[in-house]
Amino acid sequence: MNRFNFHSGVVIPLDRSNVDTDAIIPKQFLKSIKRTGFGPNLFDDWRYLEPGEPGMDNSLRKINPEFILNKSEYKNGSILLARENFGCGSSREHAPWAILDFGIKAIVAEGFADIFYNNCFKNGILPIKLKKEMIDQLFNLAKNQVLELTIDLTSQTISIKNDIFTSFEIDEFKKYCLINGLDDIGLTLEKKELIKSFEQAYYKKYSWLGIK
Amino acid sequence: MAKTLYEKVFERHIVDKSEDTYLIYIDRHLVHEVTSPQAFEGIKIANRELWRKDSIVAVPDHNVPTKDLEKGIEDPVSKIQVETLDQNCKHFNLIEFDMSDKRQGIVHVVGPEQGLTLPGMTVVCGDSHTSTHGAFGALAMGIGTSEVEHVMATQCLILKKFKTLNIHLEGYVNPGITAKDIALYIIGQIGTAGGTGYAIEFTGLAIEALSMEARMTLCNMAIEAGARAGMIAVDQTTINYIKGKPFAPAGEQWNKALEDWKDLYSDQDAIFDKKIIINAADIKAQVTWGTSPEMVTSIDGFVPDPDEIKELDKKNDMLSALKYMGLSPKQAIKDIQLDKIFIGSCTNSRIEDLRAAANVVRGKKIAANIKLAMVVPGSGLVKAQAESEGLDDIFKKAGFEWRAPGCSMCLAMNADRLNAKERCASTSNRNFEGRQGQGGRTHLVSPEMAAAAAIAGHFVEVGTV
Ligand code: SF4
Repeated sequence: MNRFNFHSGVVIPLDRSNVDTDAIIPKQFLKSIKRTGFGPNLFDDWRYLEPGEPGMDNSLRKINPEFILNKSEYKNGSILLARENFGCGSSREHAPWAILDFGIKAIVAEGFADIFYNNCFKNGILPIKLKKEMIDQLFNLAKNQVLELTIDLTSQTISIKNDIFTSFEIDEFKKYCLINGLDDIGLTLEKKELIKSFEQAYYKKYSWLGIK
Repeated sequence: MAKTLYEKVFERHIVDKSEDTYLIYIDRHLVHEVTSPQAFEGIKIANRELWRKDSIVAVPDHNVPTKDLEKGIEDPVSKIQVETLDQNCKHFNLIEFDMSDKRQGIVHVVGPEQGLTLPGMTVVCGDSHTSTHGAFGALAMGIGTSEVEHVMATQCLILKKFKTLNIHLEGYVNPGITAKDIALYIIGQIGTAGGTGYAIEFTGLAIEALSMEARMTLCNMAIEAGARAGMIAVDQTTINYIKGKPFAPAGEQWNKALEDWKDLYSDQDAIFDKKIIINAADIKAQVTWGTSPEMVTSIDGFVPDPDEIKELDKKNDMLSALKYMGLSPKQAIKDIQLDKIFIGSCTNSRIEDLRAAANVVRGKKIAANIKLAMVVPGSGLVKAQAESEGLDDIFKKAGFEWRAPGCSMCLAMNADRLNAKERCASTSNRNFEGRQGQGGRTHLVSPEMAAAAAIAGHFVEVGTV
């Protein structure tokens, strides 16, 4: 898994709440059986003026100049700023894959949908939840200038220039995995014997679940 | 100590715990073609085994065509995805109801129909509407593809405890009010993030009165309220439904199971982190007007006016929703004219849904302005049952297309979709921008409401068509 420890980058202010996973990566792109290559279709319906299909040469498509990702100052942005309930809707991990493939490393929002939030960690993306006042402040700052943030996961802080803007909360276990780039499956398989002995007791008690 | 249903089910599955992170054992893993290929690939690359193959049941649903099945899947990319599932199931020797199997259908319809979902189980699937299965007193939730791989390899999921939210319906709903109306009404009240971080348990007389299929409709949409899991206690209705299903326990095992399932309810004085009480009689038939399921009102209601909203970001959301939907403020819901009708999806494609819709359209014709009205049964078995009752005839005579099972226009991954600006009354669960086709406009409703709208050409009280 990708590690995340420390990151500085340009903020992409996407001023919307309830950004759903259908918007992040429309369904026609979910037909891929790979984990990569979704970046050019991130926010496809908003980003291009004509409908997109898998396999198209995206560089030939007409872009929507109004959309934030198409503005030159944000093309290399790596921190997405959004409002409430980001990533709601389906469980598709294609959403964080597309975000990562575009080059976004962290998402700062007022709130996230549960499944999306989890999926981010599995892909080395750091989702940061901040209070509404903080989010409002960041949107204001990003309005008049290209805003750069520095995120330090170890100290759980976000800084602007060299000043700490705010600290943030994060679950200890998730933080540990992200900093060390740990693969959950490997970690869980270290408990193989524990799972096996759980199963033995479990199927003794709930025997109807054990029969094929 | 008094416990909630959620706690009871959660606790039986704890394999390990460190601080507030748990390793939870998974009983049932349902798999479809969209969220599994990368997980299977991960397993193969790491040279790992699947922990318990008989916990997995796979079925293709999102990409499958709903007509001209003999032609197979025309879209080559969709085709590869479905074939990849077939190959993976063959490779790992898993149970799969493939496209040629009469049991094939939408994973959340097929699971309960086969008795694959049982009370007290933990059920996962790489699909957010896995919450559907909570109707059986199971802890069922959607997971991402990395977690799909994790469950395949370890039979476990790393989880934190959810907070518990009790949505209690006081009294009974009025006649004609469906589980879909209950679901949409609740989402309208608490918002699409209202259940974030919670497992919802629905209780009350109005819930106990629901059939199993209606309970599934309600739990299905728990995710639209932000909750990963929705649950309902086990009662005689649950048990009657499961009895005799192909994968359900039988004989002595059935009796043992029954003894255990009796305990699957929240104890009287169990404490929930949050409780919301709703007066069931307040619920009217619902229609969404916006691009999020919380943007909803009743059939006798009006599109809201953004000028009356003070909060700037809420107002902006409403403005962009109305623009996308092509609606004007204060417009009556009943004046909204429709182009297409979709009856289907894991929310509303079971036999009772089809019967209810058929009852409305029986002996009538769809309105001239309806370009397409389609019924997509949730599974091959639902389809066969409906045909044996003559429902297909009723629909066809009324001008509906009668299709083969699959997700279809719920998310328009196959050929069934809305064109830009087409307006659809849909029994599915999401009205996001582009959900049913780029630029398409979705209004979420119950099967009865969709059927009535097909006949009238616009929204209308069901009883008046
Ligand atoms: S019917 Fe719709 S919501 Fe249900 S599983 Fe299929 S695509 Fe998802």
